[in-house]
Amino acid sequence: MNLTSAPAGRAAPGNGQPGVRSWLLGINPAAKLIAACVISFGLIPAVDPVTGGIVLAVTALLLPFSGINRATLLVLSVPFCLMGLSTWVVNLLYGEEGLWGASGAAVRILAIALPGMLAAVSSDATDLADALVQRLKVPERPAMGVLAALRLVPLLADQWRTVTLARRARGLEAGRNPLAALSIFFGKLFALLVRAVRTGTLLATAMDARAFGTGPRSHARVSRWRLADTVLVAASLLLLAAAYTVSAQLGTLRLLFT
Amino acid sequence: MGTGNRDGHGARVELSGWGWRHAGRADYALRGVDLVIEPGERVLLLGASGAGKSTLLHALAGLTGPNGAITGEEEGRLLVDGKPATSQRGRIGLVAQDPESQLVMARAGDDVAFGLENLGVPREQIWARVDEALARVGFPYGRAHPTAALSGGEKQRLVIAGVLAMRPRLLLLDEPTANLDPPGARLIRDVLARLLADTGATLVLVEHRVADVVDLVDRVVVVEPGGGVIADGAPRTVFARHGTALAERGVWVPHADPVPCTTPAPGGPVLIEAADCTLGTPRTPGRRRPKTVLNAVDVTVAAGTATALTGANGAGKSTLLTALAGLAKPQSGQIRPCGPLAAADPRPLVKWPARQLARHVGTVFQHAEDQFVTATVRDELRFAPLRLGMGEAETAAWVDELLERLRLTHLADKHPYTLSGGEKRRLSVATALSSGPAHAPDVLVLDEPTFGQDTRTWVELVELLDALRGQGRAIVLATHDTLLLRHLADVELRVADGSVTETARTGMEESR
Repeated sequence: MNLTSAPAGRAAPGNGQPGVRSWLLGINPAAKLIAACVISFGLIPAVDPVTGGIVLAVTALLLPFSGINRATLLVLSVPFCLMGLSTWVVNLLYGEEGLWGASGAAVRILAIALPGMLAAVSSDATDLADALVQRLKVPERPAMGVLAALRLVPLLADQWRTVTLARRARGLEAGRNPLAALSIFFGKLFALLVRAVRTGTLLATAMDARAFGTGPRSHARVSRWRLADTVLVAASLLLLAAAYTVSAQLGTLRLLFT
Repeated sequence: MGTGNRDGHGARVELSGWGWRHAGRADYALRGVDLVIEPGERVLLLGASGAGKSTLLHALAGLTGPNGAITGEEEGRLLVDGKPATSQRGRIGLVAQDPESQLVMARAGDDVAFGLENLGVPREQIWARVDEALARVGFPYGRAHPTAALSGGEKQRLVIAGVLAMRPRLLLLDEPTANLDPPGARLIRDVLARLLADTGATLVLVEHRVADVVDLVDRVVVVEPGGGVIADGAPRTVFARHGTALAERGVWVPHADPVPCTTPAPGGPVLIEAADCTLGTPRTPGRRRPKTVLNAVDVTVAAGTATALTGANGAGKSTLLTALAGLAKPQSGQIRPCGPLAAADPRPLVKWPARQLARHVGTVFQHAEDQFVTATVRDELRFAPLRLGMGEAETAAWVDELLERLRLTHLADKHPYTLSGGEKRRLSVATALSSGPAHAPDVLVLDEPTFGQDTRTWVELVELLDALRGQGRAIVLATHDTLLLRHLADVELRVADGSVTETARTGMEESR
């Protein structure tokens, strides 16, 4: 039963995540998901930069201690910062609220996105599926189906490359013609779709052949809910409440549609 | 479930008047099958390609029927231990061709546990059974090993472990070694031989290359496309009585390898030269740095010569092949045209415009579907000549000739995706040939051209490639097929451990 207390994947070497014993990676994915949802949905009503800013600052401060490796964070920070910047610029240019309103929109969107992103990056897919099924009572079939499909994503990337090379081999190249590029793109998409459907069917057949869907399943791995998981959810609620309180005290709080 | 005999006793299989028609098809894949398999028997199921062998295996696995993965119309009776197979899933284990599409989980142990979870085996028993199954197939890594990091043979061993852990009474193997390289295939055959020695399970095996597995079975059953059982008995008896007839229908029969008519390779000037190239996987956004697969590659491809690339899966054969075909850029170094090919354009091949490349270098991909770009077989062949500015009448004549030569005339108006495996392969070769200046490109590059083909298509392909070689074209092929190597390869380049070495060069004159 050693496996249930120390799920194999988290300690697995070579998954590019040193410091795996760090707290965020060890938290139950269901708890991370709930905490992220609490913060994301909780922030929707607040449109001022202070409320979102407090949440964003606290979450960002926790980043170095999250145990997520630096390369992953660096890669993710690029689209993340772009998202914030573009929101800011667009709202600044076309918004009616000026600098303050634009900053509010940008900070808010980042504060809503960051916890979810952290939850996703710091969760192993298998552990997440286990947690969804065992803790959040998500039906087995979609949860396992999505998990199995995730395994096929790298295959899809390879197949995309192959159909790309195959177009060149057939003498198809867009050059500078955008119309040709579009038609080649859709041709490739169709070829990829055919391959994906075929692979997916084979996988579904293999799952059925292993008695998937014949009756109630047992669970080889236990998705444990520990004290730390409750603490994380409670902390997310506290953080949200603190952000609203501070912002209200400062008189900066502005709610949606007011 | 529970304790007792490791795999339980074998199941009894009984089919009477059984038939199956796939949804949307006019003809039955199999019909009137009467067959009884006693517990513990080991049966090799044979038939020409398209004879419905896989269909029968899927039906035995209980995957057909109203809630099954495979839909169609069934007639007659198919019973496993006296009950419909559909109610017996979980007691029947199926191992299919491609390990890639059979692994469900990201970690080895979890994957083996998957079937046990589906059976509702209590957690306390699961991990002991997982460990036992992993040990029985000789899986060399721990439970936590990522499945993505396994070789093909290791993956297939894991698939077998996943099936064994469920302790099936009926074991169904659908070409379990087809997608593996020779060492991987040997590994699986050894595992199977060992397992069959200590399991009581009934076995039904479908295998293309019969000679490799004939020692594993004690009975051979031959089925006919659209029909039922046409031969049944001990392997030796069946092959003695029906061997010739089977061979004529394209079945690979032991000791009756097909003999293609080939002519000596004429040889010729070097057409493509790779000098001190480093080849690797492409750079993909969001992934690690591109991986170097092959170092210091010095390779030449000569006209009138068949150059074969051999080596284990993942060693870099396809990487080298796509680089030589001018499709992918080397990480360093250049792949240049030489001699007559350089007269067309002296730049490195990868710089050539696609249209020009297709005219001089034809490529046949391993999965034929990847290279189809139109909606009918005829359009597929008209595509290249029309783009090269060939006249309408001339194109029509050339396409008819190609269709005729590759036995595709009756399929001219079908969609390429709807063809059978052998037909797709022939079409993909035809498309690669369609674009050349004098009706064929100067260099023809093929990835596993004979994979999964019956003997008839196999002989046609070998003779076609031989004829092209005789016309002075360069043939480059990546293959595991030792028979193909024996009959066609003039130069063998072995790809292993990050480098390419020339292992054999037959005398041009004496080669068969």
